[in-house]
Amino acid sequence: MDALIDLLPELWTATYETLYIVALTLVFGGLGGLIVGLGLYVTRAGSILDNKPVFFVLNLLVNFIRPIPFIIFLAAAQPLARAVTGSGIGNNAIIFTIALAASFAMARIVEQNLLTVTPGVIDAARSVGAGPIRIIFTVLLPEALGPLILGYTFIFVALVDMSAVASYVGGGGLGSFALTYGYRQFNPIVTWAAVLLIIVLVQFVQFFGNYLARKALRR
Amino acid sequence: MAVVSLRNVGKVYPPQARNGASVTAIDGVSLDVEAGDIYGIIGYSGAGKSTLVRLVNALERSTSGEIWVNGQNIAALRERELRQVRLGIGIIFQQFNLLGSRTVARNVAYPLEVAGHPKEKRATRVAELLDFVGLADKAGSFPDQLSGGQKQRVGIARALATQPRILLADEATSALDPETTHEVLALLKRVNAEFGVTIIVITHEMDVIQTIATKVAVMDQGRVIERGPVFDVFSNPQAAASARFVSTVVKGVPSPAELAVLRDRHPGRIVTLAFRDAAVDQKAVFGEFSSAGVAFEVVYGGINEIQGRPFGHLTLALTGADSVIDTVLAQIRTLTTVTEVR
Repeated sequence: MDALIDLLPELWTATYETLYIVALTLVFGGLGGLIVGLGLYVTRAGSILDNKPVFFVLNLLVNFIRPIPFIIFLAAAQPLARAVTGSGIGNNAIIFTIALAASFAMARIVEQNLLTVTPGVIDAARSVGAGPIRIIFTVLLPEALGPLILGYTFIFVALVDMSAVASYVGGGGLGSFALTYGYRQFNPIVTWAAVLLIIVLVQFVQFFGNYLARKALRR
Repeated sequence: MAVVSLRNVGKVYPPQARNGASVTAIDGVSLDVEAGDIYGIIGYSGAGKSTLVRLVNALERSTSGEIWVNGQNIAALRERELRQVRLGIGIIFQQFNLLGSRTVARNVAYPLEVAGHPKEKRATRVAELLDFVGLADKAGSFPDQLSGGQKQRVGIARALATQPRILLADEATSALDPETTHEVLALLKRVNAEFGVTIIVITHEMDVIQTIATKVAVMDQGRVIERGPVFDVFSNPQAAASARFVSTVVKGVPSPAELAVLRDRHPGRIVTLAFRDAAVDQKAVFGEFSSAGVAFEVVYGGINEIQGRPFGHLTLALTGADSVIDTVLAQIRTLTTVTEVR
């Protein structure tokens, strides 16, 4: 317990770092996922920008990257992270790698949520002369907003998970804190303190996500 | 002048599986819809009627033939060029297809936004339309707070927003109960009468055709098998499928099973008389029976009103001497069609 009190400043720094990593990856990964997911949706057969080759490539890419265990993806994508961020380790590198992995995970969630929009409302929009871009922004995204918010809440938990794994390549945050000061120092109380914080964080975000989704769905 | 004119239109879907056969949904349909018509297209599920109406605003593209809408062959246009054409064609759907994320008012405003109308003009037009469909008090409601009939009225308001000359109704009342159906049909009639909008109604219910349409085309397996003014098709259907549709709302000649039941109760001679329009004078017909002393009993049938004209069949059980009945029937045959059923 004393050890934990001594480590409090580090714990707060780690919490801040986790929030920082997760927030940035949520923005970049979320955006990437939205773009790839929309791409999958609009290019599938019979959709508004039906395009077999593009759909094939996107679909293959998502299926190819998604099943790679994250810890291996982290190592495999390191050269790419180095090329983009200038370093293969550290927070910037892991933010890049997590955002990349999250994009493809999120893409499927976005695609699935868009598929819940009844094709009839797209017909209705087309029938009054709306083009594909307008349909995306005035029909698809608003109609799927509730489920999309829940999808992003869901991916938030995965991002916290990935950020902890990423401490393996020098990322900071609560994962790194728990491993360094808890696991390696044989101090379960320190580990549990990090776990507790993560639980609180996830609960709070889940609650907030549910609230927003309810508002979007007006239920 | 025809506002919608189909010339030998075909729609073939490519095979789904590698060795599958292609599916012909529309098979060489030619059809002219005149300005001001309420043109009914009736057929069973899978007859191709919904596909046909979706070709008229190019939600689906034809694979052959010409589709002339307001003097333009839209089969030859590209997707981008079609957007302008679609502003002149409203459509309402069986499942209403309202945007659940928008209020009633913003649903009605949607086509105006797409057409680029300024905000103030949109508000005026939306108020006007909601007033017309009787939903002015629901402007701020969301679609999931409305009943089916109200949703369809919003659909109609939305379809009329850009003042199209043509309105397509794709099974617009099939999800509604009979009473609401008649409310919506009455509204469509007003749209036709007050704004002069030409309406194409797709349905599988003959009742809808009887209530609203001026002309009808019967579709079967992707073809139009019969067409004409509603009264003509109702009173004298040519194709077997047409006759089946007519029999759903008009009791004509009794079927063999029904006849067997009638026979049990009425051992005498049974005849079916056709009453078409005012051309057949019912008083004269029944007067013949009375003056010849032949007693009769109406055992089957009924008189309907179609487009304001009476029409129907009455089946009578006759009591009297055979020779007298023969004379009377010969006399009545000069007045109308008589079918003796045995």
